[in-house]
Amino acid sequence: MNGSRELILGRVRDALGDAGEAEALPPRAYRRQGTLEPAARIELLCERIGDYQAQVRRVGAAELAVAIGEAFAAEGAARVCVPGGIPPQWRPEGVELVVDAPLTLEELDGVDGVLTGCTLAIAETGTIVLSAGPAEGRRALTLVPDLHVCVVGEDQVVETVPEAMAPLAKLVRAERRPITFISGPSATSDIELSRVEGVHGPRRLIVLIVNKELQ
Amino acid sequence: MSGARGGPQPGDGAMNAAMRPFPAAAGEALRDTRLRANLAGATHTIREKRNRVVAEVPDWPQLREAGRAIKVEVLAHLDTYLEAFEQAVTDAGGHVHWAPDAAAANQVVLDVARAHQVSEIVKVKSLTTDEIGLNDALAAGGVHAIETDLAELILQLDGDWSSHILVPAIHLNRTEIRDLFRATIADPSLGDDPRELAEASRRYLRERFLTARMAVSGANFGVADSGTVCVVESEGNGRMCTTLPPVLVTILGIEKLVPTFGDLEVFLQLLPRSSTGERMNPYTSLWTGVTPGDGPQEFHVVLLDGGRTRVLADQVGRQALHCIRCSACLNVCPVYSRTGGHAYGSIYPGPIGAILTPQLYGIEAAPTLPFASSLCGACYEVCPVMIDIPSVLLHLREKAVAAGAKPGERLAMKAVSWIFGGRRRFAAAARLGRLGQRPLVRRGRIVRLPAPLAAWTRTRDLRPLSSESFRDWWERRR
Amino acid sequence: MRVALFITCIGDAVTPEVGRATVAVLERLGHEVSFPAEQTCCGQMHINSGYRAEADRLGERFMEVFDGCEVIVSPSSSCVGTMRELHPALRGRLFELSELLVHKLGVTDVGASFPHSVVYHPTCHSLRVTNVGDAPLQLLRAVAGLELVELPDARECCGFGGTFAIKNADTSTAMVIDKCAAIVSTGASVVTAVDSSCLLQIGGRLSREGAEVRTMHLAEILAHAASG
Repeated sequence: MNGSRELILGRVRDALGDAGEAEALPPRAYRRQGTLEPAARIELLCERIGDYQAQVRRVGAAELAVAIGEAFAAEGAARVCVPGGIPPQWRPEGVELVVDAPLTLEELDGVDGVLTGCTLAIAETGTIVLSAGPAEGRRALTLVPDLHVCVVGEDQVVETVPEAMAPLAKLVRAERRPITFISGPSATSDIELSRVEGVHGPRRLIVLIVNKELQ
Repeated sequence: MSGARGGPQPGDGAMNAAMRPFPAAAGEALRDTRLRANLAGATHTIREKRNRVVAEVPDWPQLREAGRAIKVEVLAHLDTYLEAFEQAVTDAGGHVHWAPDAAAANQVVLDVARAHQVSEIVKVKSLTTDEIGLNDALAAGGVHAIETDLAELILQLDGDWSSHILVPAIHLNRTEIRDLFRATIADPSLGDDPRELAEASRRYLRERFLTARMAVSGANFGVADSGTVCVVESEGNGRMCTTLPPVLVTILGIEKLVPTFGDLEVFLQLLPRSSTGERMNPYTSLWTGVTPGDGPQEFHVVLLDGGRTRVLADQVGRQALHCIRCSACLNVCPVYSRTGGHAYGSIYPGPIGAILTPQLYGIEAAPTLPFASSLCGACYEVCPVMIDIPSVLLHLREKAVAAGAKPGERLAMKAVSWIFGGRRRFAAAARLGRLGQRPLVRRGRIVRLPAPLAAWTRTRDLRPLSSESFRDWWERRR
Repeated sequence: MRVALFITCIGDAVTPEVGRATVAVLERLGHEVSFPAEQTCCGQMHINSGYRAEADRLGERFMEVFDGCEVIVSPSSSCVGTMRELHPALRGRLFELSELLVHKLGVTDVGASFPHSVVYHPTCHSLRVTNVGDAPLQLLRAVAGLELVELPDARECCGFGGTFAIKNADTSTAMVIDKCAAIVSTGASVVTAVDSSCLLQIGGRLSREGAEVRTMHLAEILAHAASG
């Protein structure tokens, strides 16, 4: 094994030769900051999430629990799993919440949906980003159930991809958190490039955007 | 993968051992009218999608320039970045293996499978594992690999092989896929709506995801400074494979590194828009080593050379290693969009394949691929990391000629160059040509010429040399 | 202005009418055209076929022959683009005809008249290597009586590609068949471009199909004066 390592590194060095031709540092002339006002940024996020055939709703913090309950009820979901760290004020009436304590995969496959928060959302691409935080849970949680309801605080929304990367880099460096970008429900275009929403990941994604700081 | 279909052979990696010259393989593909229709429809659809989402990005040129520059930087100090990546993955609880060639990479996977007494694994779509012929190597070792990407599953069930980087089954239409599923994983009532077909694959794979004990994936990026691995996908099969089974092996070409986590901000913008024509693909997974209580608790990365250092050694051709496998160049290529991928005889088809395959395996292995282009430049125009494919093609043509051009061609090219070496020679040759063509000209055109020019006149008339050259006219006029 | 004409090998031996038209247009605009008699070929065919050493010799020969010429014009965008890439010293000195007229001389109306329907095929090199932009279209729009018809999938390659047309004849043919179908579908009577080589490919196929559409180089259309 060690021999292979030295072999490959040796080949690399031979290939590069003496040429330490260091180009200047990569230019970063692309946009690293958005320009939209907060209201327009949220509008953009809603529009872009909608483009992926996900449902998106804006709710006030006071109605959040009700909105969550309605979202699950409308999809016929009675038993829903949640990560251990969701805020108590999210808990809806009329839906059985199963805390991931953790659940086995079989148990996870048996629930009707999952409720989580997120780390941030990217308006321009309609993306929500999870990083296994207390209100987000481990990765399998948002993967195995067929319905994902995700709560996004308006203050968690950035406009561009570069604005999302700096905070994520910190989480990765400090805590090695796994990160998942979610842009709409799972989809495939493998057959004649015609897009079908819903393959192996959750087939339905509902994003609730809350207009007041969470927690 | 079946050798009978002319696809890659076990142990040969991406290359078909008996690879046919491109012109012959292309000629056959061009006569397949159904293939032509499938391809034309699909490539035009995706071109339009890509153009739409690229047009809405105001800083696209700056992103391309940054993407190119980051890749240049990685390659210029690849040894340093590889060591940093190894260190970071190890620190995060992962195991790093170095594979000089396909056989070594396959062996690592087999060894891990054996250590856990696993006889079946689930797999994420990965060109790199196709390149090294992993499935066949595993099968030979008694381990069955289940492809989980819809298109890869279709090909596996069909004993076929990929014809497109992103949409491997682009050459098949819905009816063909329905018939295949009816014969293999679904009952005869299955319809041909893509929604129904996707649902059939979901049902087939669900149980396998939930019970798999080991998964193998490729990766789109590896981050040197954090040890993070990134997989970009759509269906969720990638998340299933990289999250649910307790053991994960990821095979990573050594060129796939980026220096820092932040550099992903460039590629996560360039790749989805260039590739599927979406603002963002449904799922992007980023993991760093092992996370207690979340995902696989044993993680291996195999760093694969497999000819990449050979490419790196060529200062002109090196830029082929910038490729992020988006497949935009395939979709815009006037050659690929008519011949499809199988004519290229490699897991890497299209313009990028035409410069990657002959470099990975040596020009002798694929001497006709650098000529499989009209040099129209559409590939360079769309490439998100600005690989100057036409220039690399010219560079490789030079190598192909040096490695063994047909003697007749070499003689002719030298003769023509000698003729162009002096105006009197040129004028004399033109006069001779005018005389020589006389018996061939009918009503102002030539309809039949001897080989090799017969290749032109079989399908096109040729204008004869003019009875008075421009220079003769110029002299006469003075 | 004194302008040296680079006629190209094909332009000299196969399509001299394009050179004559180029001379006519430039002289009509009051420019003095010279023709360095030693010129032959730029070497593009050799580069494209993998014969770099031969191409370099021809390229150097070109530089010697045109040494001292301040402005060089050629009615072939692919030769111009290739030479400018290989010899950066030619930038600002060597121009494709439409570039020279529109970008350098600031002329769009060259006093031409051509009462026919015309489609313009933007050749790959003119689009992506020589970057002539819409200069040819600006010139065509200013031609009296000319009806400019839009070409579907205009930016698709015609399939010429130098020796590609021979080495990969089947693929090249598939490409030109689609190009010709697009041209014929417009009902235009003339197809024009700024590369004679591509027009040989397109014209050769149109002729084989017995199509009524004629190929004409842009210079020929521009040379059509109001009187004739």
